[in-house]
Amino acid sequence: MSTKTMTLAQKLWNDHLVVKGENGAPDLLYIDLHLIHEVTSPQAFDGLRLAGRDMRRKDLTIATEDHNTPTENIHLPIVDPTSRLQVQALRDNTKEFGVRIHSLGDKNQGIVHVVGPQLGLTMPGMTIVCGDSHTSTHGAFGSLAMGIGTSEVEHVMATQTLPLQPFKTMAINVDGELRPGVGAKDIILAVIAKISTGGGQGYVLEYRGSAIRALSMEGRMTICNMSIEAGARAGMVAPDEITYEYLKGRPHSPEGLEWDKAMQYWETLKTDQDAVFDAEVFIDANTLDPFVTWGTNPGQGVSLMDSVPNPADFLDPNERSAAERALEYMDLKAGTKMKDIIVNTVFLGSCTNGRIEDLRAAAEVIKGKTKAAGIRMLVVPGSQKVKLQAEEEGLDQVFKDFGAEWRFAGCSMCLGMNPDQLASGERAASTSNRNFEGRQGKGARTHLVSPVVAAATAIRGTLSSPSDLE
Amino acid sequence: MDKISRFEGLAAPLQRSNVDTDQIIPAVYLKRITKTGFEDGLFANWRQDPEFVLNQPQFQGAQVLFTGPDFGTGSSREHAVWALKDFGFRAVFASKFADIFSGNSGKQGLIAGVVKDSDIAAIWAKIEANPGIIAKVDLPNQLVSVGDLQVGFGIDEYTKWRLTEGLDDIGITLQNEAAILAYEAKRESWKPKTLPAKGV
Repeated sequence: MSTKTMTLAQKLWNDHLVVKGENGAPDLLYIDLHLIHEVTSPQAFDGLRLAGRDMRRKDLTIATEDHNTPTENIHLPIVDPTSRLQVQALRDNTKEFGVRIHSLGDKNQGIVHVVGPQLGLTMPGMTIVCGDSHTSTHGAFGSLAMGIGTSEVEHVMATQTLPLQPFKTMAINVDGELRPGVGAKDIILAVIAKISTGGGQGYVLEYRGSAIRALSMEGRMTICNMSIEAGARAGMVAPDEITYEYLKGRPHSPEGLEWDKAMQYWETLKTDQDAVFDAEVFIDANTLDPFVTWGTNPGQGVSLMDSVPNPADFLDPNERSAAERALEYMDLKAGTKMKDIIVNTVFLGSCTNGRIEDLRAAAEVIKGKTKAAGIRMLVVPGSQKVKLQAEEEGLDQVFKDFGAEWRFAGCSMCLGMNPDQLASGERAASTSNRNFEGRQGKGARTHLVSPVVAAATAIRGTLSSPSDLE
Repeated sequence: MDKISRFEGLAAPLQRSNVDTDQIIPAVYLKRITKTGFEDGLFANWRQDPEFVLNQPQFQGAQVLFTGPDFGTGSSREHAVWALKDFGFRAVFASKFADIFSGNSGKQGLIAGVVKDSDIAAIWAKIEANPGIIAKVDLPNQLVSVGDLQVGFGIDEYTKWRLTEGLDDIGITLQNEAAILAYEAKRESWKPKTLPAKGV
């Protein structure tokens, strides 16, 4: 053990080092958990077959179906033949290679980043990868979690390691107390607006400060989930009592002496007092408003109390032309109050905001209220377990009474790969993570919002916060 | 993988910043289980506009793309790289790339070269004045030229070495079998295993 002071990210890195790279070669890191889904794995399995290679550690690998799967009529065959084929390929591949899979209809099926933590497979001190950029979610536990491409998926399958160039570290300090109606989603949207979609490139972000400490595990997952929207390879939060409480009693959590051993290690997982980050960012939680996006990348966001910005006010020419393009695509005029923007659809779900607390928070806002005329609201639990939990708590009835559609688990309207899509020109308030052109369907327009803003918007029909309902 | 050293090809400008991988290839094209044939998905939504740069006759057969900062942001989909390659591109130059995208490019033999914004702007002007102009890429010397305009580009040393040697990552890693075994032998016992499955 080195006595040098280190950041949390550096400790995780060192503890997974298999081979230290020399002469510019990357370090080789061990991977503790590999999550798999249907979209980014078929070509990797094919690669193994072509090379005559087996999977090194199927006991550190788990698969689920999420991107392509429908969220209604799940007992029927998937209608789209290409989606059906891709899901079938995952089933065939996992069977052939002996990988655990939770298929559509299984009580553990769901979005891969919701399934891992709820099974207790995501823990502090691990390296976790998946062929999905939102793998950064798992960093909420104090792990190093990264999205990877399909070539890397194959690499991990064959070797359980990844060659990686060292990252720089950035501290995101969020201190103070959030006001009512402001939450984790607003923090991360404000962070991305501040550092831009490229601000995190080459960095691992560590979220710190009293406002982060006060968040539940689910809130921390929301924040880490969107680290990739700032361009970062990973985001993380050091573990604490809240983390340990969440982990206790989960199916794969250690027990007895193993728990004690784990705890002993987990307690070391914090950035040393005098460790130096390569960059630091400060956000004042006390003054933060609900945050929403107006443009076509997650960095194009403002306070809900603000107006659509004027592209002419951007000094950087690239930002200015991106803003002009975004306003054209979004069909918005500079100066329009965000609260005057009318939406057709409200989507509550995704790996960002499809967990039980998100559903509870939204249900609390809409309970006993009436949905705005003409608004469609889709509520899609992040996993079947979340769905069952919500039904046990009667949340499904609250949503149904309100007039929302209550669905089965999956990625759903977060991306246009399954039947849940917006029509061209439709505008959504969405609790998902990306407002890219066409992300929720060709020609669709997306405003990223928190679960409570989504709920209030469904009541008023325009982008709104719960305080607007009083 | 084929070794890459020097090549030339038609230059095309994509004068946009923040081109995310959902624009490079929309999700609907990701349902395939093959690794080839993604050229129809490349910039599929933008290509419906006849004015889009890659629809213009002078850029048919383009092989070298010059684009704005933050190219390849968002989704980790390697399909974005496959689509660029299947369409015929061998190199993309921008002042900033998303990390996962440049990693994926390196695995697939697509050069993602970092060029200063001011140089990109100069190259755009050059192409605009001389549509159909050829770009020459010299990977060993990290140079790209368009006509008489020559600029340097950045690429990490290790990726450059792998591309010039045509080496496959998995093969390189498997040479470290002893180190991987040694790491596994001392790995902490509390770390979870997915098998046997619990909570089912």
